[in-house]
Amino acid sequence: MKFNDALIGAALVALGAVVLWHIQGFPPMPGQKYGPAWFPGLIAIGLMICGALLVAARLRAADSRPLFALPQWTRRARPVASVASVIAGLLLYVAAADRLGFHFTAAALLLAWSRLLGASWRLAVPVSLAATVVIHLAFYKLLKVPLPWGLLERFAF
Amino acid sequence: MTLAVLSQALALVFDPYVLWVIVASAAFGLFVGAIPGLTATMATALLVPVTFFMPPVPAIAAIVTATAMAIFAGDIPSCLLRMPGTPASAAYTDEAYAMTKQGQGEVALGAGLVFSVIGGLFGTAVLIAAAPALAEVALKFSSFEYFWLVILGLSSAVFLALGDPLKGVVSLLLGLLVSAVGLDNPAAFPRFTFGNAELAGGLTLIPIMIGMFAVSEIIRNVASMDQPWEMAQANIGNVFKGMWRLTKKYPLQILRGSTLGTAIGALPGAGADIAAWMSYAVSKKFSREPEKFGKGHVEGIVEAGASNNSALAGAWIPALVFGIPGDSITAIVIGVLYIKGLNPGPTIFMEKAPEMYAIFFVFILANLAMIPLGVAAIKGAKQLLRAPRQVLMPVILLFCIVGSFAINNSLFGVLLMLVFGLIAYFMEENGFPVAPAILGMVLGAMLEEHFISSMIKADGRLLAFFERPIAAGLGVLTLAVLTWPLARAWLQRNEGPR
Repeated sequence: MKFNDALIGAALVALGAVVLWHIQGFPPMPGQKYGPAWFPGLIAIGLMICGALLVAARLRAADSRPLFALPQWTRRARPVASVASVIAGLLLYVAAADRLGFHFTAAALLLAWSRLLGASWRLAVPVSLAATVVIHLAFYKLLKVPLPWGLLERFAF
Repeated sequence: MTLAVLSQALALVFDPYVLWVIVASAAFGLFVGAIPGLTATMATALLVPVTFFMPPVPAIAAIVTATAMAIFAGDIPSCLLRMPGTPASAAYTDEAYAMTKQGQGEVALGAGLVFSVIGGLFGTAVLIAAAPALAEVALKFSSFEYFWLVILGLSSAVFLALGDPLKGVVSLLLGLLVSAVGLDNPAAFPRFTFGNAELAGGLTLIPIMIGMFAVSEIIRNVASMDQPWEMAQANIGNVFKGMWRLTKKYPLQILRGSTLGTAIGALPGAGADIAAWMSYAVSKKFSREPEKFGKGHVEGIVEAGASNNSALAGAWIPALVFGIPGDSITAIVIGVLYIKGLNPGPTIFMEKAPEMYAIFFVFILANLAMIPLGVAAIKGAKQLLRAPRQVLMPVILLFCIVGSFAINNSLFGVLLMLVFGLIAYFMEENGFPVAPAILGMVLGAMLEEHFISSMIKADGRLLAFFERPIAAGLGVLTLAVLTWPLARAWLQRNEGPR
């Protein structure tokens, strides 16, 4: 997704302004010239200057490019579905892993992702199950990462 | 280095467990490097959660070995698919592919392997010689010198990034802004936390790096998954045939590539990919046959192939001595070093001498092991490249999830990974380099801390930054580096057509 530099520049100016406004509430460090607001303040001013320069460069070049352009792949159905599934799947994991448990969520996501990317059932099913088991053994058993059990809590081993 | 330290270091490396880790991570590195779209930095980010649970030496050995292998293996799909396996091979992908088309694939792969090993060993030699020596000097450094070093590092990251320097500055500032989140500042005031406990400790870097280097790459991959790869035919026999002749024909190119590569690696923010681009350009510029470049000529591959592997070791010099990463890989490594109690800094070579020399041995070992393992990877390349990406990408994504979770055992890490993956994707789509942002995140806290403590010592007098001799020298150098592009632009404008 390509945005026109002028648009990005304007967004950076806005971001800088918001940061500057927000840090007004930071307390000074007693007896010190440079408190906690100094560093982010400097960054914010820098962002605003760079943003303005980006806008200026675009205006000077009389750029007629659209404000934003979608890449080629967004015109094909499968890539759009694949990219959307990556984002949605990660959000789903964050939302559901604690309740459903790692194993259900992981195997289901793997299966959904592989199928969407075009893997056959014969490949997707065994790989999804095997990868879930291997990660369970490697991370939960060997490395002691407390992956959530969720629904399978009773069968935890 | 005393004999006792040396034998301790050898004992640390030649432990069966460590050797096993080296072999396993070599295989991992070769695989990741050979698959287009999976990078050496991604290999490092994915290894971190695993190394979390290892003793220091095998943890570092895993990263050193995997990255060295990955940078070499990136040349394999360049030859066979016209796609760089890692960005470090992109500079000469067209050249390598053209060689394959002319039936020279064997030579291109052989040159990639042999001169990767030579470059890697050269960079290692410089690392071994330079890092402890530099540490001696750095022992005298105070917050004033460190402040300038950090500024110098940040500026070099911006100027060495490919593309528009202004966008490099934006990327750097965004990274610094991320580093400002949380309680970790001299005043210990919770900045930008919005009352959220997860944000109070600051944004954890590892999930961010996994997002920026792995998730963004996966998004790019799945977006182009419906385009099949077309493999070029190549008969690969003895890849070492003719290599001695090439070494004798291009000794200067090998030396120049290795030297420039090590230097670029050691400069903060630029790593193997930029080293390869620069070395390829230098090679073409000084070649006696520049017209052959791009049409299947091995000279550029020799020079740039040595360069990108030497950059890997070079990047460890500032990382170990100052805690300033030389490239994106060492930006991740610094976090691992802290976790393992190997806090980077000039005293590391005294306090942790056996571990440091063990790391040096691992570098040598990894580069030597590249010869047999590299040959095996080249022989198995066709099978390797047939690995079904439709299931590979999901499995890597699951690995990313578990890795981001494992750092703090928190789902917030997974969310952080997704957010920064998307940010990195948008940044690269719009020509904003990611490396300066990473450097900003890693060095932001250090920059502020050294500035504030310097100002406390000097009672707020900014001129104090120029009052110690080394600080003054570094300060002048930094200002020169910073003003140079402006001065050049101004000169060009005045010399231009009137």
